[in-house]
Amino acid sequence: MTDKYRFLGRPRRTKEDRRFIAGSGRYVADIRLPGMAHIALVASPHASARIVSIDTGAALAVDGVRAVLTGAELQQATASMQHGVHLPEILWYPLAAGVVRYAGEWVAAVVADDRYIAEDAAELVAVAYEPLPAVVDPEEAFASTGRLVHPKHGSNVLFHRNFIWGPVEADFAAAAHSLDFRARWGRSSTVPIETFGAVACWDSGDDILDVWASVQMPKYADQIADALRLQGNQVRVHFDVDVGGSYGVKRGLKHAILVGYLARKLGRPVRLIEDRLENMSGGDAHGPDRIFDVSVAFDADGTVRSMKMRALDDCGAYPGRAPLQLGKPVGSIVGPYRIGSVAYEAISVCTNKTAQVAVRGFGQAPTTFAIETAIDRVAGYLGLDRVEVRRRNFIRADQFPYTIPSGTEYDSGDYHAVMRKLTDLANYPALLERRDQIRKAGKLAGVGIAAAMEPGGGNAAFEPLFNPRNDTTLWPESCTVKVDRQGAITALIVTSSAGQGHQTLAATVIGETLGFDPVGIRVIHSDSLSSLPGNSPVASRMAIMLGGAAQKAAEIIRDRAIRIAAHNLGRDPSGVIYADGAVAVTDDPSKRLSWEQIVRICHRQYHLMPPGMEPGLQASYTLQVPKGGAMPGEDGRVQMYPCFSFEAHMALVEIDPGTGKVEIPEYYVAHDCGTVINPLIVRGMMLGGIAHGIGAALYEKFEYDETGQHLSGTFMDYLLPSSLEIPMVKIAEHCTPSPLTSHGQKGAGESGYPGSPAAVASAVNDALAPIGRRVDALPIRLGYLAGMLRTASGAAP
Amino acid sequence: MPAKRITVIVNGEPHAASVEPRLTLVDFLRDVLDLTGTHVGCEHGVCGACSVLFDDLPIRSCLMFAVQADGHRVSTVEGLTEPGGGLSLIQDCFWETHSLQCGYCTPGMLIAAHALLRRNPDPSRQEIRKAISGNLCRCTGYGQIVEAIELAADRLNQRTPSPERDGHDR
Repeated sequence: MTDKYRFLGRPRRTKEDRRFIAGSGRYVADIRLPGMAHIALVASPHASARIVSIDTGAALAVDGVRAVLTGAELQQATASMQHGVHLPEILWYPLAAGVVRYAGEWVAAVVADDRYIAEDAAELVAVAYEPLPAVVDPEEAFASTGRLVHPKHGSNVLFHRNFIWGPVEADFAAAAHSLDFRARWGRSSTVPIETFGAVACWDSGDDILDVWASVQMPKYADQIADALRLQGNQVRVHFDVDVGGSYGVKRGLKHAILVGYLARKLGRPVRLIEDRLENMSGGDAHGPDRIFDVSVAFDADGTVRSMKMRALDDCGAYPGRAPLQLGKPVGSIVGPYRIGSVAYEAISVCTNKTAQVAVRGFGQAPTTFAIETAIDRVAGYLGLDRVEVRRRNFIRADQFPYTIPSGTEYDSGDYHAVMRKLTDLANYPALLERRDQIRKAGKLAGVGIAAAMEPGGGNAAFEPLFNPRNDTTLWPESCTVKVDRQGAITALIVTSSAGQGHQTLAATVIGETLGFDPVGIRVIHSDSLSSLPGNSPVASRMAIMLGGAAQKAAEIIRDRAIRIAAHNLGRDPSGVIYADGAVAVTDDPSKRLSWEQIVRICHRQYHLMPPGMEPGLQASYTLQVPKGGAMPGEDGRVQMYPCFSFEAHMALVEIDPGTGKVEIPEYYVAHDCGTVINPLIVRGMMLGGIAHGIGAALYEKFEYDETGQHLSGTFMDYLLPSSLEIPMVKIAEHCTPSPLTSHGQKGAGESGYPGSPAAVASAVNDALAPIGRRVDALPIRLGYLAGMLRTASGAAP
Repeated sequence: MPAKRITVIVNGEPHAASVEPRLTLVDFLRDVLDLTGTHVGCEHGVCGACSVLFDDLPIRSCLMFAVQADGHRVSTVEGLTEPGGGLSLIQDCFWETHSLQCGYCTPGMLIAAHALLRRNPDPSRQEIRKAISGNLCRCTGYGQIVEAIELAADRLNQRTPSPERDGHDR
């Protein structure tokens, strides 16, 4: 790979890192506008209550307070935010009015000259509540026999569909064995260190709302305009704001509606930067919270024939896009395995909890955890090695492209080769011996294994699949490449970045295509009015989509340089050759035009241009996602995403029998994301994803009590893993290029996270196996394990 | 609340200002001095994004009031760069190993790394992991940060970096 390319695939320094290292990043909290006012929020202390009255008088009397906004006014003035599925009776506004539906929901916004004054005044807003019983348990919510979170909707069920792909019952009847179990994925999220923030400024001279936000979505401007009932081109979102981590969650529409409305009303810039509690309890940024009931049918050799999966997801109080997180896993519902038929029941319910948003992998990691738990259980049932059972079920390299029962075609892969790299890297037999040595020394120890898909590229397929009124089939990404009068190259990209290295990506691909060192190529983030269509860095798609669009735009530049040179050298374009900006006659390289000459022709010498050619030297390309564009079939069969990365994990854990503390002394992963554009970036994504998954497996949970009170609003309660919890991971890379992309690349942005929770759970369960215990509910926390170990008969000393 | 007159030596320069006693040090640095390199992550002393050096020791600037810094020396990420804007050794090693993604925790992480190498120029891997354990990072999983500090230690001690630390997958 590195021989084929000059810049691509090499561990080159990124373009973004320098400004962050120097402390000169520009995040939303760094945006300073003259006269800017600050918001503090008044949040509901109840999970469910009627708002009896709100008295803002004392708050308004504080010197420096400019306004106190309540839900009654804001709901009159704005349109409801939209959901991913069709739920016309569930209205959703930035501030509650009439009732509150979760503890932490925003009830009023205080605007003041500085944040300190706003906080003082927020404490003086007197809200009288009449508490109501809350819906907390998702199974009870599904039954909808008691209280309803949204009475007008008539049910707590937001989405419910049974999919059957293939002869499930016949396969179960024909299989030698079957087993079933329940697995629980706890409510956690990506929890970036930067909270969400937005700044808005209404320009009455130009009738335009300018917005700066820590947002990752290019559709943000349209959404803000819809809610504020403005024309699309009356909102300009600036995407040159550095986003302090997102991994899916930085969407913050309600924040922008709030600051946008207030900025226009007050005639001065307004900013809202969440504090940590506002973020954790009121930011609507929780992740999937799922109960899986899984049955698998298998033969005596471990071949899994069929699977039934029921997934019940607790979305919290407002659905947003959360139900769709049950849809994305449809596209890899069998993981890397040749499971012949699947029944999938997807259920999304609302409860009186903080709302959910898209989280890294969009439902992939929980589903993988359920599938991998099934594979481990099959191995355990049959007394077979867990790696061997996976090998026996893997799709073989000669079977690609391979269509899974739910209709998605996997593009390419070699799962056996990746698994072989993993077992070599970890020295699997020796690892099992090390585990046994630790056991002999009196600790619990286990080896965990997981294999996981990382679908990449994205498409809209889950939208029409889950919402018949939605016929979106386009998920584009764009790039503009411009060459200025001095010959320097600048690229414009559509969205903001949250650490994925999009500037490095675009510069590397453009530099490779045009033969220029990426260091000299500038990449800037457009604003929403100057940008071309884009669908944002979701779905591990930017290497595929921005990489593809940047290459196409650069190729147009290169082709134009070739035509200009050919015209001036008196040759046909097929008779010249392009290299590093210069174009030479193929059979007489002394006849050539330099880059400077070509640029000069484009920008100044119209008389030397081929007749009819557009002046200047610039090109834009908008790329549709490969294999996108088809609506789902009646049977719910669908092409979900085009490219399929694969990863196999292996972890060694030790559990202290006294305290239940889990340590991970060794962690290995083998990874195939096709052609790698920058290995430093891919490595970082993988390591970060694994760390996040370890958090989800062992530490992180948004905890609620039985009354719906949120108990984990701070980092004292919601535990993020530190450098002491995360092992030094060893990685082996494998490359099976995708046939669908510009350079064979696949997605890597969500890597690590799909497989690591399953691997850690597998390891813990291997450690517990000698004492006859098992736990299939994440996170597996220290207190729970300590209790289990105390009561386990025959526990280690 | 009546304002109090303070002078804080920030990155070697004395800065005098009149501040409310309740103004936190991090807000003083960011909002009064416009040194926005220091970030706010949790405001309750856990995440470490707001780490600065206070008389050469790393502290949480969200847990200290500006008035408590009166007469003391404070160094921020902006103070790590060399005169003329060149990156310090530890900063350069962070870049070389790609020890960051979104960059939000990075200033605090650099402060922790800088303080470690100053008191222990040749730390073990475990000492490095311990020294940065008060700084949370959500992007990197810490691996490339540990590598950067090891690389900086190698260079400080004029050792050839071991091939294990070349930033390549292994």
